[in-house]
Amino acid sequence: MKHIVRGGRVVDPSQGIDARLDLLIEDGHVTRLEEHLEGAPEIDETDATGLVVTPGLIDIHVHLREPGFEYKETVATGLRSAAAGGFTAVACMANTQPVNDHRAVTELIINQARQCGYAKVYPIGAISKGLAGKELAEVGDMVKAGVVAISDDGLPVMNAALMRRALLYAQHYQVPVIQHAEDLDLTGDGVMHEGEWSTRLGLPGIPGVAEDVMVARDLLLSADTAGRYHVAHLSTGRSLAMVREAKRRGVAATCEVAPHHLLLTDQEVATSGFSTAMKMKPPLRSQSDVEALIEGLRDGTVDAIASDHAPHHPDEKDVQFSVAPFGILGLETTVSLCLDRLVGGGILELSRLVHLLSAGPASVLGLPGGSLAPGQAADITLLDLDREVTVRAESFGSKSRNTPFDGWQLRGAAVGTFLDGQPVHLGDA
Amino acid sequence: MSEPAIPEVTWTRKDLLGIADLSSEEIELILDTAEAFQAIAQRPIKKVPTLRGKTVLNLFFEPSTRTRSSFELAEKRLSADALNFSGSGSALSKGESLLDTARNLEAMAPDLVIIRHQHPGVPHLLADRLDSGVINAGDGAHEHPTQALLDAFTIRQHKKRLAGLKVTIVGDIEHSRVVRSNIHLLVKMGARVTVAGPRTMMPVAIEKLGVQVSYDFDEALTDADVVMMLRVQLERHGRSLFPSTREYFQVFGLTQARLARAKADAIVMHPGPMNRGVEIASAVADGETSVILEQVANGVAVRMAVLYLLSLAQQGKS
Repeated sequence: MKHIVRGGRVVDPSQGIDARLDLLIEDGHVTRLEEHLEGAPEIDETDATGLVVTPGLIDIHVHLREPGFEYKETVATGLRSAAAGGFTAVACMANTQPVNDHRAVTELIINQARQCGYAKVYPIGAISKGLAGKELAEVGDMVKAGVVAISDDGLPVMNAALMRRALLYAQHYQVPVIQHAEDLDLTGDGVMHEGEWSTRLGLPGIPGVAEDVMVARDLLLSADTAGRYHVAHLSTGRSLAMVREAKRRGVAATCEVAPHHLLLTDQEVATSGFSTAMKMKPPLRSQSDVEALIEGLRDGTVDAIASDHAPHHPDEKDVQFSVAPFGILGLETTVSLCLDRLVGGGILELSRLVHLLSAGPASVLGLPGGSLAPGQAADITLLDLDREVTVRAESFGSKSRNTPFDGWQLRGAAVGTFLDGQPVHLGDA
Repeated sequence: MSEPAIPEVTWTRKDLLGIADLSSEEIELILDTAEAFQAIAQRPIKKVPTLRGKTVLNLFFEPSTRTRSSFELAEKRLSADALNFSGSGSALSKGESLLDTARNLEAMAPDLVIIRHQHPGVPHLLADRLDSGVINAGDGAHEHPTQALLDAFTIRQHKKRLAGLKVTIVGDIEHSRVVRSNIHLLVKMGARVTVAGPRTMMPVAIEKLGVQVSYDFDEALTDADVVMMLRVQLERHGRSLFPSTREYFQVFGLTQARLARAKADAIVMHPGPMNRGVEIASAVADGETSVILEQVANGVAVRMAVLYLLSLAQQGKS
């Protein structure tokens, strides 16, 4: 089985490549990257002229909601959403029902993913049994079953002693500990970022320091234990500065940011008229936080862009702001948003963006992929930088519709993916 | 005796959701209209047929005595048919989603809906989904526009103006919708507003709303034309925001001795309900400078004005 992806601009930061090249796939792997490859009748071809060919994009922070919340999303619809958005792999969080805190749930997720084939899935196991923040889950057994990291995401690990144990214990299995960094006491009943806009709207605020104290504590614990620590959806300038400084000292810390924290501020809650599509955790922050995160993308402090794809049913979101669940979709908007606003906006080089969506996230979780080097699995994403798209929530592959970007007109989109050398066909829902 | 005429109407809004959206001309229009309606309260028969045949729903998801009674009285004096729903005990509190409530209301086709809810933005959500005019009677800590209007009306009665006055608002600024609506209104009308209270009850960036912030009550009171005290709850959702009522009264309680720092003709206001001996001494609450009961009386006229203007805007459209 051979396939040539011909004539595209190959952007693969893992090899320092940005050039027009033909790419040969043999038996599901990339075997050659050359200026010109001879075709042959038995070799399939994809014409990538005018397109950008990148390593398959990876989103290391999604919620697939299965098992337990299939009315919001399933593994199949979530992965279909991933493929539609240009992703070939996702890592999914453990806050399902039952929680992914033991092998049976891990295996269920992996089996469901295998049957649908849209994208690869890497489950993240819970840190604590039932996400209760008390006892460690069976991390070792889950890693054997396929878990690539541990996290109680959706909830923080509030107890410092448990966090310390997790950072120690995870080292046996060389998996990172991912923290949803939030001090729940400081959050209180907060529903949006604490600042001018929460004051104007009379909505209880979530102060930036609720994230910062947790990141500060965890960086100390990470340094103390030499444990691998990763900050999920980092949202404040101060947390970013602490991660930057910790990295400089050699602490084994990484972080990701979500597109909405780069493109929207807390003011949107007001201008949207209390839209629940503007409600997520961490909340949309201030303009100065946004600027700090963008600086972090440029200087390498941020290791990955991850969407925190969090599907919720319209019945849950179509309520008053205060009672709506936190979270928005991301898989089908991330690439176009980043191409238009970050690359098109002159904030990031294309190769830097591709890194933050491929080799960067792969390296955070120690995943295969993120590279088109010969010998790698042929997971590939095709981008059209000139494609004009309008975000249409009603035509998402996801089961849910909760996006703040509905109707946005963007330039640049993912137009196809290959999984182990096979073009992914979305077909009908 | 000549009565003030109802001013030429330029009101076009379907809803009254907050003061933040209003222009100073709209605010003045409401206040001037309220003066005309206040004259009605002086008559032996206090009822006019202005809203005859109109249906008004009073939808109170949160307990309220003063505001609800005031709206009801305003509706009755305007001859509207009023229907009351209160949060406790009604279907509205039994887990029905707000959107379903809105759909049910829409089916009843009321002309106006008065809504009080503990969550900010609920009146906006209803206004968005309903053809009826919606009046915000308090949404969480967000806005309480008719309270600010009746406060302004009361201040205007005594001071004949709003521009240039020093208004000092004291207490739990963070959790008060009254404060936010009052700040918006007074700043728009050219008053100088100082807010004072403990730091644990002061919302971040409140100065962005155009006010001075003070943590020193005595300093904040100096030369004030108007002193507005707020009801204080020392504990919210199990969180203690101040050590004790005793200490609160020592630091932020309004006594007659303290009030001496304000201007000699200063007036004292309170949106109610008062905690005597916590934020205000009885001697002040019942004293000569207190206009607290006038506020209540004026509330009816101001709400009549708002009901009238909104229903007139509806006629303009039909």
